[in-house]
Amino acid sequence: MKLRHVPAGRPAKPAPLDTQAFDLLCATVLCVVAVHVPHLPPWYTAALAVILLARWWQRRHRRRRVAGWLRIAMLVAVPATVIAMYGTPLGREPGAAIICGLLVLKILESESVRDARMAVGFACFILMSALLFDQSLAYTIVAGLVLLPAFATLRALGPGLPQPGWVAAFRPGAVVLAASLPAALLGFLLIPRLATPLWGAPDRGIGRTGMTDRMAPGDLHSLLTDDSVAMRVGFTDGPPPEHQRYFRGMVLWEFDGRAWLPGAAAARPAPPAQLVAHGPATVYDVTLLPSQQHWMFALDVPLAAPEGAMMGPDRTFWSTAPITHAAHYQVASVTDYRLGADGLAPGTRAAALQLPPGFNPRARALAAQWRAQVGDHDAAIVNAALDLFHTGGFVYDLNAPPLGRNSVDDFLFDTRTGFCEHYASAFTFLMRAADIPARVVVGYHGGYWNEFARYLLIRQSNAHSWSEVWLAGRGWVRVDPTAAVSEVVLADADGATNTMIGRAGSWWLPWRNRLDVVNRWWNQAVVGFDDLKQGRLFQPFGIAHATVQMLGAALAVVVLVALGVGALLASIRPRARPRDALAVAQRRLQRRLSRLGIVRGNHEGPRDYYARSAQALPDAAAQLHEFADEYLRLRYAFHEPPAERTRKFARAVRHFRPHRGQIGV
Amino acid sequence: MSVDGVAHGGEIGIATRAARWFPGLERGRKPEALPIRLDRRRIYIVPTRTGLGFAVLLLVMLAGALNYQNNSALLLTCMLGAAMAGSMLMTWRELHGLALHSLHAEHGFCGARLLLHLAFADDHRARPGLTIAVDGLEQPCPLQPGSNRTSVTMATERRGWMAVPRMRIASTLPFGLFRAWSWMTPERNVLVYPRVLDGTQPAARNDDPNERTAGGDDFAGLRDYHPGDPIRHVAWKASARLDHLLVREFDRAAPGQPLRFDWNDLPGIDRETRISRLAGWVCDAYAAAHPWILVLEDRHALGPASDAAHYHRCLTALAESP
Repeated sequence: MKLRHVPAGRPAKPAPLDTQAFDLLCATVLCVVAVHVPHLPPWYTAALAVILLARWWQRRHRRRRVAGWLRIAMLVAVPATVIAMYGTPLGREPGAAIICGLLVLKILESESVRDARMAVGFACFILMSALLFDQSLAYTIVAGLVLLPAFATLRALGPGLPQPGWVAAFRPGAVVLAASLPAALLGFLLIPRLATPLWGAPDRGIGRTGMTDRMAPGDLHSLLTDDSVAMRVGFTDGPPPEHQRYFRGMVLWEFDGRAWLPGAAAARPAPPAQLVAHGPATVYDVTLLPSQQHWMFALDVPLAAPEGAMMGPDRTFWSTAPITHAAHYQVASVTDYRLGADGLAPGTRAAALQLPPGFNPRARALAAQWRAQVGDHDAAIVNAALDLFHTGGFVYDLNAPPLGRNSVDDFLFDTRTGFCEHYASAFTFLMRAADIPARVVVGYHGGYWNEFARYLLIRQSNAHSWSEVWLAGRGWVRVDPTAAVSEVVLADADGATNTMIGRAGSWWLPWRNRLDVVNRWWNQAVVGFDDLKQGRLFQPFGIAHATVQMLGAALAVVVLVALGVGALLASIRPRARPRDALAVAQRRLQRRLSRLGIVRGNHEGPRDYYARSAQALPDAAAQLHEFADEYLRLRYAFHEPPAERTRKFARAVRHFRPHRGQIGV
Repeated sequence: MSVDGVAHGGEIGIATRAARWFPGLERGRKPEALPIRLDRRRIYIVPTRTGLGFAVLLLVMLAGALNYQNNSALLLTCMLGAAMAGSMLMTWRELHGLALHSLHAEHGFCGARLLLHLAFADDHRARPGLTIAVDGLEQPCPLQPGSNRTSVTMATERRGWMAVPRMRIASTLPFGLFRAWSWMTPERNVLVYPRVLDGTQPAARNDDPNERTAGGDDFAGLRDYHPGDPIRHVAWKASARLDHLLVREFDRAAPGQPLRFDWNDLPGIDRETRISRLAGWVCDAYAAAHPWILVLEDRHALGPASDAAHYHRCLTALAESP
C-alpha cells in the first residue's frame, strides 16, 4: 500500500480560514485603517470600514466568496477614487489611501490561511507607513498596540486554539511583544542611522497649519485655536519674566489696505540694525517642531543667528532649509536693549511709514488730531493710542466680527472687538498715519513654564502679533497694543495670550502642559535621535565617535546576547507539579469547617468527615452531602478530574459559608 | 560509539566529529532507548515561508524608516523584528523539554496503518500545535496538560517484527513564522500481524460447513472497542462521529466443535497467501467467538480456545513464522 506523501508544511489544498481567525483579521485591518484616519479624508476611511464590515458580515452569514467581478471593479475603483481625490497617485497621502484600499481588497479575497498571513504582513507594513505622518508618542503607542491584534491573528491561524479563544489568541503576542521590548530598544539605539537619505525624502509640505508670512485681521484665528506644540525653549537659569516672553518670528513692513506683508524692506540685504545691550544676555535652547517653513523664533531680541540660519536687518532670522524635522538651536538674547537707536536709514524709514492711499480716512484723521495735540512728542502719541484701547470700550474676542474695506476704521470706531491681529494692525496704522515709523511683528508670546524640566512650552495658540515703533533716541520699541486691552488676557494661567477666552474652563489644560514633559523627552530622545546623536552614544565609554562598524558590532552582540538570554528564559520549565485544584478546594472547605470546630481527624476519610460535618450542621447537610459525593466522584471516578467540574466544585466551595447558626443543638 | 568512529588509520570521521557536536544528526538515524528527551541540541528551527516573507517585509520597513529618518517607524520595525526573534524561541519552546517516555503499539495487520500510542512526560504544558510525521505522513498530535498522550499511525509493509520508523516531531506555533522540528527514533520493534485475506471459506474443517456460517459474519450490533479487538472490525464510519472507537459485533455461534485451521490443508498456494488466509479465518472465528484450533506448519497445534489470548497467540505465531 502506497501512502500519499504529504510534504511538511505544504498542504495540498490551501487550508481554509476559520471564523475566529477571520474575525481577528478583520479587527486587525479595521485597526490599521483607523490609525490612518487622521490624515485621510473621513469619508474614504469610513467607506473602507463599511466595505470591511460588509465583507465580515457576508463571510460570516453567507459563507460565500466575493464575486470576481466585484473584486475587479473595486481594484479599479480604489486607485481611481484616490486619483480623483488628490489628482495624483503619488505622494504620501495618495499612497497611504491606495495601500489602505488594497488591504481591504485583500480581505475581500481572503479565504485561506495563506491569504490571511499575507494580509497580516501587509497590514504591519501599512501600520508602519502611518508613522510617516505623525511621530508623536501617543500615535506611536497606538500603532504599536495594533501589533497585538496582528499577532493574535497569526496565532489564530495556527492549530489548537480553543474555540472562543480570544484570550488564548492574544496571549502569545502580548507575551512576545513585552518580552522583546528591551531587545527592540537596544536595536533601536544601535541600528546605524543614515546621514543622508538613500532616496528622496517625502514631501511634507501639506497638512500642518502654521504661521504664514501674511497677517490680515482674522487670519491667525485657526492658529490661535490650535493646541499643538510649536516649540519648547529650555532656560537653564529660569524663564524670563512673563512680560518679556515675546518670541519674534518675522517682521511685516508692508500694508496693502487689508493685510500686512513682509514687503521689500524685509528682503533687502542689509546688516542687522545696531544693537546695544543694556543687560546680561540670556542663553537658551530652542526646539522648534517641524513647520515646513523657514522662520526661526528667538526671544526679543537675539544677539546673533544660530548655525544654519541667516539674520535679516530687523534681527529676525530664518533657516536656510525648510524646517522638516525638529530643529534644535541655541541663541543668546538680551531683553533690555536699544535697537537701531543710531538712526534710521531713509529707505527703512520710508518702508516703516508706508501706507496705501485711500484707506481708513477716520483713522488718519485721528492720528493727525493726536499729532496736532502733542506736537513732536512721539511717545505721547503711542500712549494716546494705548489709552484709546484701554478705555475706549475695546473687547478682546476671538470671534471678531468681519471688517469692511476700511478695516482699521471699522475696527476702531465700529466693532471694537478683535484679537492681537486687529490691535497690532490698527495700532501700527495709527502710528504710521501719525508719522511714527512702525512695523508689525509676528511670533509667539507667553508659554507654560515647566519647572520640573525647566523649559517653556509654547503652543501654536501662543501665536501673537504686536508692534514695534521707532522713537528717536530709543530706537525700535516693542509695543503690545493687545496688552492694553485687558491685563487679564495676558495673565492667563496658561500664560497663553489668546487661549483664555472661550476655553479657560478646560480643567485638563494645566495637566496637559505638565505632561508635555513626556512629549518633549520623546521628541528629543526618540524622534530626534539622529546619526549625530548616535555617534555620541559611546561617549560614556570613552569613544568620542561611534562608527558604523562599532554600532554594527554592538548590534550583533546585542542580538546574540538577547537570543541567548531568551533561549535561557524559554528553556525554564514550569513548576513540576501544578496545584491540584481539587485538593485546594477540599482544603478550603476543611478550613471553613474547622473554624466551626469540625476538624478532620487524621484517621478520617473524606466520606466520614463530611458525614460527621453534615450531622453537625443540619442546615447545611444537603450541601455537604453534595460536596462529599462530588469530591469522591471527581477524585476516584476519573484518571484525571475533569477541569470544568473541578472548577465548578471549587466555585461552590468558595460560595459555601457555614456559620455557627447552622450548628445543631 | 558509532561505527564511523573507527575509520581508516584511526582517524575520526567527519560525520562522527559532527555528531559529537550535534548529537541530533546522529540521533536522527540511530534508534535510541526511551525516554527520548528533546533538548536544545537536537531541535532544529527554520523560518517558514510566512516567516521568510515577514523577514523581507522587515527589511523593507527598516530601509523605509532609516531613509525617511523616521524613528517612530524604526521603533515599530524593531518591535516587530524583536518579536519575530522572540517567536522563534517560543516555537523552539514548543518542543523543548518534551520527553517521550513510552511507546505502545496496537496490534495491527499488515497493509493497514498501525496505531502507536505515545506517552510523553507530563510537564503540565499544553502543546496544541505538535505534529508528528511518520514515514512521510504528518499527523496532528496535540498534547494536553495532565495527559500527555497521543497516537500516530505507521505504515506496515510486511508481517513480523518491524522497527518503529524515524518520527519527525514538529510545531509552527505560535505564529507560523518558524518551524521547529526534531527527530525521534525509538528503539522499539512492533509486531505486525499478517495481511488478512477474507471472503474464503476455510478449505478444511472437521464439521458441517453450515455450522461455520452460523458463527460467521452476521452483523449483530456495535459495541465499544477494547484493546485487543481486531482492528478490521472497527466500525470506522460510526466511530468517526464519536471520540472513541466502536467495533462491529457478530452473532455468537452456538458452542460446538472447535474449528480447525490447518496449515497443511492449504496446498498449492504460496506461503504468504496461506498465512494470510489462516489469519483471516482466525479473525473470523475470534469475532464469532467460536473456538478454533490452529495447526501450524510444524504441525504444532494451538487451541482449541476462543479467547483473546488464543487469538493473539495464533496471530503472533503466524506473524513470526519464517
